[in-house]
Amino acid sequence: MKLKTLAAMALAGTLAAGPALAELVIPDLSYRTGPYAAGGTPVSDGYQDYFNMLNARDGGVGGEMFRIIECETGYNTEKGVECYESTKGEGALIYQPLSTGITYQLIPKVTADGIPLHTMGYGRTSAANGEVFNWVFNYPANYWDAASVMVNYLLDENGGSLDGKNIALVYHNSAYGKEPIRTLENLSAQYGFELTQLAVDHPGQEQKSQWLQIRRERPDYVLMWGWGVMNQVAVQEAANIGFPMENFIGNWWAGAEHDVIPAGDAANGYKSLNMNRIDASLPVFDDIRTLVHDAGNAAGDGSNIGTVLYTRGMYAAMLAAEAVATAQGIHGVAAITPAMMRDGMEALDITAARMEELGMANIGPEFSVSCQDHGGSGLGIVQQWDASAGAWVALTDYIAPDDAVTLPLIMEDSAAFAAENNIEAGCM
Amino acid sequence: MFYREAGDFKTSYEADSQTFPIKFDRYRFWAMIAVAYLVIPFIINDYWANAILVPFLIYAIAAIGLNILTGYCGQVSLGTGGFMAVGAYAMYKLMTAFPDVSVVIHVILAGGITAVVGAAFGLPSLRIKGFYLAVATLAAQFFLVWLFNKVAWFYNYSASGQINAPERFVGGVAVIGPNTDAWAKYMICLVFVTVCAIIARNLTRGTMGRKWMAIRDMDIAAEIIGVNPLQAKLSAFAVSSFFIGISGALFFSVYLGAVEVGEAFGIQKSFLVLFMVIIGGLGSIFGSFAGAGFLVLLPVALKVIGVDLLGWPTDIVAHLQLVIIGALIMFFLIKEPHGLAQFWRIAKEKLRLWPFPY
Repeated sequence: MKLKTLAAMALAGTLAAGPALAELVIPDLSYRTGPYAAGGTPVSDGYQDYFNMLNARDGGVGGEMFRIIECETGYNTEKGVECYESTKGEGALIYQPLSTGITYQLIPKVTADGIPLHTMGYGRTSAANGEVFNWVFNYPANYWDAASVMVNYLLDENGGSLDGKNIALVYHNSAYGKEPIRTLENLSAQYGFELTQLAVDHPGQEQKSQWLQIRRERPDYVLMWGWGVMNQVAVQEAANIGFPMENFIGNWWAGAEHDVIPAGDAANGYKSLNMNRIDASLPVFDDIRTLVHDAGNAAGDGSNIGTVLYTRGMYAAMLAAEAVATAQGIHGVAAITPAMMRDGMEALDITAARMEELGMANIGPEFSVSCQDHGGSGLGIVQQWDASAGAWVALTDYIAPDDAVTLPLIMEDSAAFAAENNIEAGCM
Repeated sequence: MFYREAGDFKTSYEADSQTFPIKFDRYRFWAMIAVAYLVIPFIINDYWANAILVPFLIYAIAAIGLNILTGYCGQVSLGTGGFMAVGAYAMYKLMTAFPDVSVVIHVILAGGITAVVGAAFGLPSLRIKGFYLAVATLAAQFFLVWLFNKVAWFYNYSASGQINAPERFVGGVAVIGPNTDAWAKYMICLVFVTVCAIIARNLTRGTMGRKWMAIRDMDIAAEIIGVNPLQAKLSAFAVSSFFIGISGALFFSVYLGAVEVGEAFGIQKSFLVLFMVIIGGLGSIFGSFAGAGFLVLLPVALKVIGVDLLGWPTDIVAHLQLVIIGALIMFFLIKEPHGLAQFWRIAKEKLRLWPFPY
């Protein structure tokens, strides 16, 4: 009898514990400290504010509230592992670590644990091949797309030929910075430009010798793969040697307000890629201001709203929330599991009409995800800094990358990964 | 009362010179080994393994290695991160080149390769001492990190320069790779720690250790009484690097699974291991464990208290961590330069007399 009561109580306990888990758990592996905090803080603010806004405005998605667990990684892989292990047991639906180093750690772990990983515009480029990387997504664009978009833009500027031009790549000496090299090397062979590689070591505060070399060799263009404190130092150094700013192009992680403001007027004309259109007057920002910031729930100090990286963080949150809604539609349940989330991400379809409906018209390109293609469309715009107005101005419409260049590289790299790890390529 | 020596008779020289001459110490040691081997593997989960115990055990090996060089032989080294990187990259090259050989052998070979590299970088120690040697080992740190970043052969020409550990088994059980169970990860580290600690303990109380300590205390006097400084210093560098190489190999393969040399094995790592040795206690094997445990556990404990219990913002807790660890290092250096191991020694002295001190 006693045993039966105990068993009944235990059963009741598990039943009671069940519904408490039925919420949409989103870990936010952020970094608000260290040399990369300048970039990590606005992204995390945007990411959390959007989910909080959905909770306040719509009661979450499909009647389920979001619960955000923030964990500070400091852009450090060991802390990233600790954060992953401490949050995965809570029923985490999706990880977005905002660090290429942590992404490489997490790819095998999430694949074993069955939790989707979304690395928007960073991470391992070949994860775009969804048949090998079932649990990893990097839509809407990746580094190789970025490199191709940059070269396409330069081709356009130079009447279709880069023959004999000298292009320097200033890159963060890490997995993140090395990613585009292979693509650029292929493109350099294809279009006949000369590629000079200049590595900048972590954290990137010391770049005198690299810029001295640029001053000596006078390349026609400088491309940059930078992040954190490295960006503002590079812009300042470029200004110091009098490099023409309009020939200096950063990737989408090297083009935020805090990267160019420290150099003042000297930064005028600096260009960078972006995967989003920056528009501080989007209706979604009003919702965030009234429902989140005015209610005292802002993730940070609330000062970053509308900036480049805040917009990017919010965009990442929007894509996750849309994937949740898609997953709920597919499986017909509100409290989805990580495996259902993966299905939702794989069936994600972002249209212009949907973005407008969400109060963020034209924020990103239209794209759809499929089992084969986890990489999205790869489109990017080129924007330019106007120092007097203190704003980024979009110079172009969305530029398409050259898939004929990036696709074979993706296939080659993902095949190597599959062979190394005995993965049978295929849809789930 | 606990540390009673009365009635604990020794009838042979072996019994008199054993590692734990006091009976209670011996029992305590065997009880701890029993818990580590027979209890923890059955209750461990992913979080405890990956966030706490595996890093603790791996850092303990690194701290033992550095303690041999700095604590026992008196040669200050800031190259620990670089030597760990040698161990990690040697492990990676061996794992990918000879996939059929057991990883246990790979780890030991990685230690051996690091020992050779460490001895080579130890050569300047024959001419220079103290701060100047520290700067020379600092050069090793930067050179090795640069080398592994620059030469694509070391990372098998992968696009990103990252090295990734492929899945490997020991006796049919996965120990490396994403499908490794928590207990398997823990056990392989535990076995290596145990063996390393026993070897280190016995080296340091034998001829070799005495030579190292003679060099540490006064190198000219040591030379006069017949200690060969070349042999003593280079053997300290080699043995120390061997342990550090093993820890680097485990750090890459078992713990992280993917590393990037600048981020994982930068100068920060050298300082971290040096702090472990200083806080734990220079010239003490127990101190290496205490220091590693302290610096691995403290950030996690502070995070759990600050973020999970008190609900403070994560950035404030991260900043507080720096303040608290910095303050503790200063406190130790002022109050107890011999570290946690000395606290333990004092506590033991008191316990011997307790409850009737005279």
